[in-house]
Amino acid sequence: MSSSSGSSMRTPRRRVAGLGSARSGTGHFWLQRVTGISNLLLILICVPLVISVAGEGHGALVELLRNPFAAVALSLALFSIAMHMRIGMQVVIEDYVHSEGMKVLALIANSFFTIAVGGVGVFAVLKISFGG
Amino acid sequence: MPGAAERPLSPHLQIYRPMLTMMMSIVHRVTGVALYFGTALLALWLVAGATSPEAFDLVNGIYGSWIGLIVMIGYSWALLHHAIGGIRHFVWDTGAGFGPEWRELLARLTIGGSISLTVLLWIVIWLVKG
Repeated sequence: MSSSSGSSMRTPRRRVAGLGSARSGTGHFWLQRVTGISNLLLILICVPLVISVAGEGHGALVELLRNPFAAVALSLALFSIAMHMRIGMQVVIEDYVHSEGMKVLALIANSFFTIAVGGVGVFAVLKISFGG
Repeated sequence: MPGAAERPLSPHLQIYRPMLTMMMSIVHRVTGVALYFGTALLALWLVAGATSPEAFDLVNGIYGSWIGLIVMIGYSWALLHHAIGGIRHFVWDTGAGFGPEWRELLARLTIGGSISLTVLLWIVIWLVKG
């Protein structure tokens, strides 16, 4: 203990905060639980909505999403799901991709994919909801 | 790294006899990865709806084909399995359900619940949609 305090670049403050080379603590663990709860609630609302218009014509989808309740539920669901997807896949990548370069590339691709899917989905919902 | 080679390695998956709880853990991760890509199908459906009635009909036609329906059934099972598996994790987060009897029961409920709810869901869809 005493030897590390003399030679280490890490400050006592940082040691107390418990932040190692991962640069984060239990934030992702907690966020995965919180988004897990919100996913559960929002999917329970959205699945019946999606089933109600699945296989019907374009008019049925437009009519559904004109309802602000449905549009908000679907938008929040996509947002919450995208967050859950991003940190979930990050764990999978960190478990199986061991080469540092590939891992960084995969983590960047993961961020791009999840934010794109969530963002594009929410935009589509809002565009239909706002009338066009 | 001096001494690293002599240390015993912890046994990995192939050493253990397959167990239901282990399988449910693997399936939870596999369904999570499947749903990760499945969300893109939902986004694509919504984008088609935001593009034009023709694009929406095209995507609806693909999703409603027999191969599309197989994907949808698989998607719904993965969603239900991952959701029930997630609830199981919430139970564990409270510190409960780790004993041999409870964890076995929870594993059985996860696989049994996901399969029976998927069947029930598609019976309801079939009844509603004809």
